[in-house]
Amino acid sequence: MKPLEVMEDSAMAVASDSDIVLARNQGRVVALRLGFRPTDATLIATAISELARNILLYAGSGEIAIRPLERGKQVGLAVVARDSGPGIADPARAMEDGYSTSGRLGLGLPGVRRLMDEFEIHTAAGQGTTVTVKKWIP
Amino acid sequence: MQVPILKQGPYLIATIQSALTDADIVQLRDALVEQVGRYRSRGVIIDVTALDVMDSFATGTLRDVAHMVRLRGAETVIVGIQPDVAFAMVHMGLTLEGVTTRLDLEEGLDHLNRNIKSAAYR
Repeated sequence: MKPLEVMEDSAMAVASDSDIVLARNQGRVVALRLGFRPTDATLIATAISELARNILLYAGSGEIAIRPLERGKQVGLAVVARDSGPGIADPARAMEDGYSTSGRLGLGLPGVRRLMDEFEIHTAAGQGTTVTVKKWIP
Repeated sequence: MQVPILKQGPYLIATIQSALTDADIVQLRDALVEQVGRYRSRGVIIDVTALDVMDSFATGTLRDVAHMVRLRGAETVIVGIQPDVAFAMVHMGLTLEGVTTRLDLEEGLDHLNRNIKSAAYR
C-alpha cells in the first residue's frame, strides 16, 4: 500500500455525464490503492456515481473530491460532493426513500447513506449543497 | 460508447462491453424498443457482465427497457449482474422488481426458449 501522504487530494469537475463515469472510476482506483476490498470499492464507486449525478441533475455542475483519511490506525476514504446549485429546501425529505423532485426513483441520497459509513449534508435553498461521505476499512 | 445489438433469430442480444454514460444507456433503451418492432423480436437479452457499477439511473433505465419491451409484446432478460454489483444494489435498495434476471447469457437464452416455445403452443 502506498503511504497516505503521497496520495494527493483529487478534485474533479462534474459537468457532463461522462464525468460521472470518470469520478466513480477514480474513486474505485483510490479505494483499492488504500486497501479497500473490491466489494467495498464497488460500494464507494456506486455512491460516487449517485452523488455526481445529483450534482448534474440539480445544479448543472460542481465537483467531487476524493481523499484518504486516517483516524488512529484506521484508514478510510472521504468523498466530498460540492455544488453551488439551488440547494435542497427540505434536506430531511430528500433523505426519505422514494422522495424525488426530479421524477426519478428517489433512492439516490438515502441509498448513498446506506452504502457508506458516515454521511453529512450541508445545504439550504439558494446556498448550494455539500455532501460529505466516509467509509472506513473494517 | 454504443452498445452493439445482435439479432439472433427471434431475439435481440445487447452485450454491454464497457462502462456506459447515462446517454449511452438511454440510447440503448430507445434502440431496443425500436428494434423489437423492426425485427418482430420475441425476446431481448441485455448482458451487463461488463458493468462494474449499476446505480439508480442504470437500474431504473434497464427496468424501463424491460417494461417498454413488454408493452411492445416481447420479453426481456437481464443477465450477468456481478456479485459485487448485486451487493451494492441490495445496499442501495435497488431490486429490479418485475424484471427477469438470469445468471448468464446461456441461462437467459434457455429462459426465453422455454417461455416463447410454450407460448407458441398455448
